[in-house]
Amino acid sequence: MGTISKIHEMLVSKQCSCTELTKSYLDEIEKSNGELNAYVNITGEEALKTAEQVDKKISGGEEIGMLEGVPMTLKDNISTKGIETTCCSKILTGYKPIYNATVWDELANQNAVMLGKTNMDEFAMGSSCETSYFGGATNPFNTKHVSGGSSGGVASAVGANIAAYGLGSDTGGSIRQPASFCGIVGLKPTYGAVSRYGLIAYASSLDQIGPITKSVEDASIVFDAISKFDDRDSTSQGNLGGETYSKLNNDIKGMKIGIAHEYLDGVRDDVKESILKAAEVYKSLGAEIVYFDLPELKFALPVYYIIACAEASSNLGRYDGIRFGYKTEHYNGTHDMVCRTRSEGFGDEVKKRILLGTYVLSAGYYDAYYKKAQNLRGTIVKAFDNAFEKCDVILAPTVPMTAFEMGHAVSDPIETYLTDICTVPVNIAGLPGVSVPCGFNANGMPIGMQLIGKRFDESTILNAAYKYQQAAPENFKDTKWGVKL
Amino acid sequence: MSYELVAGFETHIELATKTKIFCGCTTQFGGEPNTHCCPVCIGLPGTLPKLNREVVNFAIRAGLAVHGEIAEVAKMDRKNYCYPDLSKAYQISQLYAPLIIGGYVELSNGRKIRLHHIHIEEDAGKLIHQHGDTYVDYNRGGVPLIEIVSEPDIRSIDEAKEYVEKLQQVMRYIGISDCKMQEGSMRCDVNISVRPQGSEKLGTRTEIKNMNSITNIAKAMEYEFERQTDLIESGGQVVQETLRYDDATGTTSSMRSKEDAHDYRYFRDPDLVTINISRDEVEKIKATLPELPADKCKRYIEELQIPEKDAQLLTKYRKISEYFDEACEGVKSPKTVSNFIIGQMFSRTETEADKEEFAVATTPAQLNELVKLIDDGKIRNNLAKSTLEKMLDSGKGTLDFISESDMGGLDENALNDLCKQAVESNPKAVEDYKSGKEKAIKALVGNVMKNSRGKADATAAEAKIKEIIN
Repeated sequence: MGTISKIHEMLVSKQCSCTELTKSYLDEIEKSNGELNAYVNITGEEALKTAEQVDKKISGGEEIGMLEGVPMTLKDNISTKGIETTCCSKILTGYKPIYNATVWDELANQNAVMLGKTNMDEFAMGSSCETSYFGGATNPFNTKHVSGGSSGGVASAVGANIAAYGLGSDTGGSIRQPASFCGIVGLKPTYGAVSRYGLIAYASSLDQIGPITKSVEDASIVFDAISKFDDRDSTSQGNLGGETYSKLNNDIKGMKIGIAHEYLDGVRDDVKESILKAAEVYKSLGAEIVYFDLPELKFALPVYYIIACAEASSNLGRYDGIRFGYKTEHYNGTHDMVCRTRSEGFGDEVKKRILLGTYVLSAGYYDAYYKKAQNLRGTIVKAFDNAFEKCDVILAPTVPMTAFEMGHAVSDPIETYLTDICTVPVNIAGLPGVSVPCGFNANGMPIGMQLIGKRFDESTILNAAYKYQQAAPENFKDTKWGVKL
Repeated sequence: MSYELVAGFETHIELATKTKIFCGCTTQFGGEPNTHCCPVCIGLPGTLPKLNREVVNFAIRAGLAVHGEIAEVAKMDRKNYCYPDLSKAYQISQLYAPLIIGGYVELSNGRKIRLHHIHIEEDAGKLIHQHGDTYVDYNRGGVPLIEIVSEPDIRSIDEAKEYVEKLQQVMRYIGISDCKMQEGSMRCDVNISVRPQGSEKLGTRTEIKNMNSITNIAKAMEYEFERQTDLIESGGQVVQETLRYDDATGTTSSMRSKEDAHDYRYFRDPDLVTINISRDEVEKIKATLPELPADKCKRYIEELQIPEKDAQLLTKYRKISEYFDEACEGVKSPKTVSNFIIGQMFSRTETEADKEEFAVATTPAQLNELVKLIDDGKIRNNLAKSTLEKMLDSGKGTLDFISESDMGGLDENALNDLCKQAVESNPKAVEDYKSGKEKAIKALVGNVMKNSRGKADATAAEAKIKEIIN
């Protein structure tokens, strides 16, 4: 499996050069991207330049860092200086940022080899990657199925071994859900652990950047690298819980793993079965399973859609064709230009959420929707605080189902919204959550489980996830695609 | 029926912090378009605001200067509206938890104009219309502002003018803004309504936007007062609307009606954390505040026996009052210092701008030295006055004009000689005096003063001359 530590070993032991490695990833992208549609922008030239630098260091006998020379990708809503960053929206076509997102500065400084920018739902709004202006990324386990969303491109690329790891963003499940659909690991860190500077905002109070990786160790390595306090992001606090990698193998005997009944309501049988089986694995590792009620979860979805859309309606006001991105060709005056640019530049899902958000913030409706949602958000935060008095980690499904077929999300939007039901509570409460593969359904599609922790307690959930990975390695599978290492 | 004017003000003041409110760009006025900008203040996707704490400190100074209550917890909100000069399509402002609550501005008639609150926010850029095209300059975007919102406590145009002047004066004193209305660093929106004299109920108001001079504020209010009164008198009703004032015609016209009013969809800005203000911080800022103009004026009147009118002139600008304070150091008669400033110096600083700058050639220490010579009886007032004139015109010090021999009064004999000389050489004046023209004596005294180069005591000289004539 093409994990970070494996690639690092190969580079250090000179089994292959970074340039060779990078070329093989680029070749595989070339071969598979037509069907996977994971990448929307391939940056081979820049990748090979960095690879060359890494090779120079290695041949010069210099020591290299864990992430140095490792081929990776960024979701297309993370700003990269001089490299087109579109959020997979027509309205940002041609937009090349003049600055780097803090996370990319951090990784670029460590000579990460970026292969390209990956596909996503337009402005991260969607659960299947299909709202992308460039069409959806497909699932490496079965390309008739969706990769999930919104970070579908990253998940598809990592799942298909055409990137060793990637950074996605998670507003209501956009890292965990596609990771679950593509049979890999996705960590949504605590709100404030990773700088949002340079992440093109969808919903500012919920957005968080995190890693999508082949293994739990990799998620831990990348999380440790990007979770730093950033003066440019007022909501940034850095990794208050301390580094996680050295604590992965801690004993979990006596760890209390909680299961809230509500998380299993309405979940498909095969998914439920896998979660309960995972609970058995934990029991066998000496953990204690505790069951409890978390009735406040029923508020999570409406609260999420009100808050996320409200913030989005404001965040997306700046796309007016004046300073950057798409601008309509024919117009009559400034007002007409802005109207046409936005009408032509945004897709339907984005328009829907802008309208909804504008509505809930409007005079006369603010109290009934936005204010009420904020109050309920407080209620949900408290409910989780209480739950964590009963347990150390909450175990839940990541998605109530496995990856659905392409086209399904469009035909049944409400059901698609419901797929977020298990992931959104974590964002509302600002908690860390990691999705880990925990089985396959009858059709061989991966099932994911979610481990939810206390704020800034990434260490505990990654430790628990790692122990599970050790105990159930059969759930971590490569696909037919990509680089074979 | 007679009508009463009721007005309230929303006053925007640009703060003179070195950098913008949410990024490190300079706040300097002007500059080539879009050169005082960065990814944050032009609102590039993915950028985040970072609150400049200096802005909070400046606003706290403003709050303390107008007796407001400084909040312990304040928050930033987004005010959403779409306009090309607003790069993010929302202005970061405060609605739900402003920095300063309450406060007042006291007018000379003793009335207190209550303030509702003061909040901080960012300014927008500017549109430039050129060659049939519209361009945007974001240099001003993100410059910090405070908005001072008053209660509808103003009852006349004179009160309105004084309210604005007082705000301008106090904000300049505490050094948070130059408050230049013509450059836009101070702008007012005026809410105005009328009601029958004696009525308690507020009438329907209109809002006149973006007034940029006190003269225009007065003219616009006058026009609007007449318009509303006429409307009501003729059985009509005032419509709540936003107006603009046209300087050229001296009239107001509608910008938008209440129905078209913006729905700003305010909500808490999720990118900015709560602002906590400790009482320690407030105390520290309080300690750095200068003596405020109202307090200074009172002190000049009560402790230094300066006439009220003069005290107001001395305290109008901070630099003048500081000059006065320094020049008064240890002198017996502050009134003399005041007279020299208002007399000799004001005639050399004619415009208001000059007075505000108050760049006179003579230092306060030099004036202090000069006045102390009078105090010590070494020179007479007249000599001091003429010397000061020379000092002001040349920039030289006291001793360049007054020699040691000039100091010290005249002895009895010398005075006697000079008076005799005056009487002998001015027979006409002596004749006039004898024939009952009391005033003629002044010419003789003047002659003595001139010949003694101002050293003679005028009272003593007059007595001596009378003695000689009689």
